[in-house]
Amino acid sequence: MAYPDDVRYTAEHEWAREQGGVVTVGITSYATDQLGDVVFVELPEVGRKVEVGGTFGVVEAVKTVSDLFAPVAGEVVEINPALGDNPAIVNQDPYGEGWMVKIRLADPAEFAKLLGSADYEKLIEEHHA
Amino acid sequence: MTAPTTLKRTPFTEFHRAAGAKLVDFAGFEMPVRYTGDVREHQAVRTGVGLFDITHMGEFIVRGEGALAFLDQVVTNDVSSLAVGQALYSPMCRPDGGIVDDLLVYRYADHYMVVVNASNMAKDFAWMQQQLPATGVTFENHSDSTALLAVQGPKAAEVLRGHVPDAALELGYYRFMPGPVFGVEATLSRTGYTGEDGFELYFPMEHGVKVWEGLAAAGAAHGLELIGLGARDTLRLEMGYMLYGNDIDDTTSPLEAGLGWTVKMAKSGFTGRDALAKQKAEGLKRKLVGFQLDGRRVPRHGMAIFSGGRQVGHVTSGTFSPSLERPIGMGYVETGLTASGTALEIQAGTTMLPARVTARPFYTRGSHRS
Repeated sequence: MAYPDDVRYTAEHEWAREQGGVVTVGITSYATDQLGDVVFVELPEVGRKVEVGGTFGVVEAVKTVSDLFAPVAGEVVEINPALGDNPAIVNQDPYGEGWMVKIRLADPAEFAKLLGSADYEKLIEEHHA
Repeated sequence: MTAPTTLKRTPFTEFHRAAGAKLVDFAGFEMPVRYTGDVREHQAVRTGVGLFDITHMGEFIVRGEGALAFLDQVVTNDVSSLAVGQALYSPMCRPDGGIVDDLLVYRYADHYMVVVNASNMAKDFAWMQQQLPATGVTFENHSDSTALLAVQGPKAAEVLRGHVPDAALELGYYRFMPGPVFGVEATLSRTGYTGEDGFELYFPMEHGVKVWEGLAAAGAAHGLELIGLGARDTLRLEMGYMLYGNDIDDTTSPLEAGLGWTVKMAKSGFTGRDALAKQKAEGLKRKLVGFQLDGRRVPRHGMAIFSGGRQVGHVTSGTFSPSLERPIGMGYVETGLTASGTALEIQAGTTMLPARVTARPFYTRGSHRS
């Protein structure tokens, strides 16, 4: 499986895309494969401060549930309003329409610490070795 | 520490892989949990037809003049009530009334077959073996040579038409007959774990490919879909059927689980009878209930159930019901809280989810015969 290289990754299977100091966050196609059909995404209020690795929400699938972990520290400036009515877009387009939150970076240098696509792919392969 | 183990495969593992299934370790077997998606697979069985590989289930053969007495000793339901060609659901209990497993007993003309959960197969075989009489019963484990496929859904009979004897299509629910399927000698059983019409087909593993390919070809015209264990679980939970290890186990009794209809106190004696009779006389402290929730947060196995700020039980199964489009679950609660409509709260992390007790089955439009 190929992971897009225009985003960075966490070991907890979130992706993050940076633009002008704001990071868009979602979960990876590996995560959606593991979860199965997503039926609900609980997201934080706009304005909430999050820490690196802190929980910012919950994703409920038919079979299982998982916490969402913030890849970067900062303030939530936007949540994806489309997920309320149609959480299935997380499965259909995890790196696009299925995004979850936008976080204004507290420390712009932090984004570069996230995994690149090659490192993320390696992590998945090691997990399955 | 456990030694690395090699997962057991079924004759169909390569078909699953080729179909893009996500394969997982289930009771030591490499089994498909999902092919395309839980919801799509679930709906295929509710509205069309689906094919399940459930070869991991265990099959024991019981023969001999003492077979009936032996089975009526080890299970709680009444095996003597079975006609030839009939199957029976029953718990098998410990002396203290806890459930060793839930199983099916099939009565053939000259023997019985007992079908058990994969995760309990070794435990069950040992458990039954230690209750074997000295003579008069032969007891064999055929699990390693028996394939089992389930064809389930309102169109199941149409898929099989012309590929099984016509008499098989006339079988009532929980009836079976020996007969060929795609030319392979099999047990054709009108049973299932989905609430839909359908068949479970038991046959020798060495003919697995022939039957699978036959079903795939015959099913194509009817939209037959491959169904993983994920949808198998949501289908059974919508019906309120028990899953061993979740809803029932060594520490729960059939009476607590609402399986009193399978406990035949009138039988002269069976393992667990005294404990269950005592439980019945003294009254139960807890019972399994079904509940549904508003919203979309899903109850999960192990979550605490509260009422009036006090823990009153725990969740044993929970899922998002694709048919009802809402979260549903089951769990044990104190006996005063089992009436339909009773308000409960389920603790999901730091959140309390409001729930209310609901009659089972949750899904009442299934096509299975009764």
